[in-house]
Amino acid sequence: MGVIILLIIASIVVAGSFLAAFIWAVKSGQYDDTYSPSVRVLFEDKKKKKPTVNQTQKERKGNDQ
Amino acid sequence: MIEHKQEQKIIKCYHCGEVCAEEHLIFAKKNFCCNGCKTVFEILQENDLCQYYDLESFPGVNQKENVNTDKFAFLNNEEISQKLLDFASQQMNKVTFQVPKIHCSSCIWLLENLHQMHQGITYARVNFNKKTLAIDYIPTEINLSQLAQLMANIGYEPYISLEDSNQDKVKSENRQLYIKIGVAGFCFGNIMLLSFPDYLGIEFLIDQQLQPFFSWLNILLALPILFYAGIGYFISAFKGLKQKFINIDVPIALGILVLFIRSLYDIMVLTQSGYLDSLAGLVFFLLIGKWFQSKTYQSLAFDRDYKSYFPLAVTKLISGKKEIVPVYKIKEGDILFIRNLELIPCDSRMLTDHGMIDYSFVTGESRPVPVEKGNFIYAGGRHQGSGMLVVVEKKVDQSYLTRLWNHETFRKEKKLLSQLLINRISKYFTAIILAIAIGAFLFWWPLDVKTAWNAFTAVLIVACPCALSLSVPFTYGNITRIFGRNKFYLKNAEIIEFLLKINHIVFDKTGTITTASQGEVNWNGNKLDSSTQGVIRSMTSNSTHPLSQQVFQSLKKQGTPELPLEDFKELAGKGIEARYHHDIFRIGSASFVNGASASSSLLNQSIVYFSKNDELIGHFTIHNRYRHGLQQLVLKLSIDKQLSVLSGDGNQEIDRLKQIFPKDSKMIFGQQPSDKLEYIKKLQDRSAQVLMVGDGLNDAGALRQSNVGIAVVDDISSFSPASDAILEANSLTKLYDFLAMAKNARAIILISFTISFLYNLTGLSFAVAGLLTPILAAILMPLSSVSVVAFATLAVNISAKNKNLL
Repeated sequence: MGVIILLIIASIVVAGSFLAAFIWAVKSGQYDDTYSPSVRVLFEDKKKKKPTVNQTQKERKGNDQ
Repeated sequence: MIEHKQEQKIIKCYHCGEVCAEEHLIFAKKNFCCNGCKTVFEILQENDLCQYYDLESFPGVNQKENVNTDKFAFLNNEEISQKLLDFASQQMNKVTFQVPKIHCSSCIWLLENLHQMHQGITYARVNFNKKTLAIDYIPTEINLSQLAQLMANIGYEPYISLEDSNQDKVKSENRQLYIKIGVAGFCFGNIMLLSFPDYLGIEFLIDQQLQPFFSWLNILLALPILFYAGIGYFISAFKGLKQKFINIDVPIALGILVLFIRSLYDIMVLTQSGYLDSLAGLVFFLLIGKWFQSKTYQSLAFDRDYKSYFPLAVTKLISGKKEIVPVYKIKEGDILFIRNLELIPCDSRMLTDHGMIDYSFVTGESRPVPVEKGNFIYAGGRHQGSGMLVVVEKKVDQSYLTRLWNHETFRKEKKLLSQLLINRISKYFTAIILAIAIGAFLFWWPLDVKTAWNAFTAVLIVACPCALSLSVPFTYGNITRIFGRNKFYLKNAEIIEFLLKINHIVFDKTGTITTASQGEVNWNGNKLDSSTQGVIRSMTSNSTHPLSQQVFQSLKKQGTPELPLEDFKELAGKGIEARYHHDIFRIGSASFVNGASASSSLLNQSIVYFSKNDELIGHFTIHNRYRHGLQQLVLKLSIDKQLSVLSGDGNQEIDRLKQIFPKDSKMIFGQQPSDKLEYIKKLQDRSAQVLMVGDGLNDAGALRQSNVGIAVVDDISSFSPASDAILEANSLTKLYDFLAMAKNARAIILISFTISFLYNLTGLSFAVAGLLTPILAAILMPLSSVSVVAFATLAVNISAKNKNLL
């Protein structure tokens, strides 16, 4: 019967760690905004063909002048 | 094929999705409704950010209202920027902007890619619920005003205010509720698991020796429920008792306490299993109900006063030099420089020769009024035209409009909690339960002391008003959600209870029951030939002024073609001048078109004059149009409610209003902001429950004084004065259904109460007999809660369907 005590303690420890993870998630602000993460994952990271956008912009401005 | 053809007919702006006029801009093979939209597209294209348009179609915000270029200059003032920044250092500044225009996933994508537009920006993050954007930037590369200007250029103008501090409080309260629910759920689940052997009968399942271990573990798990998750009920009950009023939390706290003590006694003394599973479930369900009701509209502000509208800083002339100073530092006698479209923050006197002031904040009337040198200007007027100088007569908070906020109405708490239905019921409920409990105790006392205590505690346990207190949050929570879907946003769910008692409705006229955007345009003068009409249409098509837009729209409907014009000039606050062939045309105010100043009797009407080669041809008059469906709404509302109309204008419209409103409704004109407040107060003194429907700062006092104040807005992202609810103008005609729905809410709650009473009665009959077992309590409590929640949700949805609100 001792094994049941052991199992129950183990199960409470496991469940408790999930609770701790939940509390951490709430405290770190993951529940503050529930909409934008759902669309943010769908944004594609565009491969940058140009070296950097700002540089080309500067070059363009330079040419204009 | 047919669908395809139809699509071709209507050309929509690639940026904002608005239907384009026939003559619209075409750039990069794409259609744009106005120059503003095109410019945003150009900026985005230049920065390789056109993915913005792939994520959602027509994601942009219409750019017809141009942004004043100097608008954010005040952010360079050290004192103001320090208050706005979350963190400041040489290498890195952090700031959080409110961006009301955020509305879709494209917005999120674009704003989070701001760093591609300027290398000074290192990080940007959107919070969609609150419509804020957090930005990290390098202060040596870009300053705060440039940053704000950059956002305004792409159509996301930040809203800047120094007093948005209460957001953090709401945030931490929300987080705490989540954690409480998490903890309660964890404890509830585990206690249920450990109580399971009890439910099935211990003997044949596990060893008798294990029972104490299970029970003690349960006590351990119940402690966080009692001292963390459920502590709010004790605090609230204690606060209520201190103010000598019994709220619904009193019987709940009593129930929790008795549950815990009885369970401790059972476990420790009698080595029985106790009622801890019921205790945990009770707190868990109650917290879920609280969460359901507390879901509010974070991005909407219900508490704005004049400070949210007024500029944070103004340009002051100090010995001939322009300097930006915070608005609260202005003193009497200071000379201020006011730019086009800037708001005048305090009562002052005009120093420049001419000017046009739009007093829509003060009177609700959006037509600009001409002012001359030496004239008095009220705070809240918006200047139209080139820069002008004024001398300050009164400080900001002493000015005519802002004095309204010094009124006592703004200082006292508006609602009384004791008026809430649930709290009124709980007083009787608690008394009855205590009477039954004591009665049962006294009945058993002579026979058996143990059974007496047993019955006494059992009554308090079983009568704990869990289902009772769940019926209200679920009914109101569901209704709030349905209202929200119909663009009617409540500040909190309790407003529903005040809404259902309303018997007198007061409407503001201008901007509330009339619409500013689509007026009736009439031409007065000789009939115009088609080429002149074409000239007028072309002249007005490029102007952003509301009146010229209305003239343009009316000509467009008639199908007048546009003509190419030359020497086009628009003078802000005056009018438009243009040349067609050899004729010079002018359209606009009397003084601009005719050379003479307008006679004062015509000032309150919208008149647009038109001249050809300095010869007056005629004028357009523009009437406000009443909102579509107003007549039907008024008809339905007037069946059982008194109606009033308050207006800041003169009584020119009285005949038209009389056609719409029933005979017994009151119409009062020429009302100042404080008059409106006093009128509401007078009605309330005659014990009327007043609903105020208003739209502008001039209604702020009345909205606050009324039992329920509803602010009507054309666009939900624009700002509305402090109110109990915000209603989008298109849904104004549903007001009757909203009120009827609120009335239904009471019936639904009363039926829910009856259901929960029936369960209580069943439980009580066991309890007084001293027969309540832990397993019976564990079944009865969740069963009653679930059936009440299910009933409330279902009934609300059915009644909403019947009213076409769902």
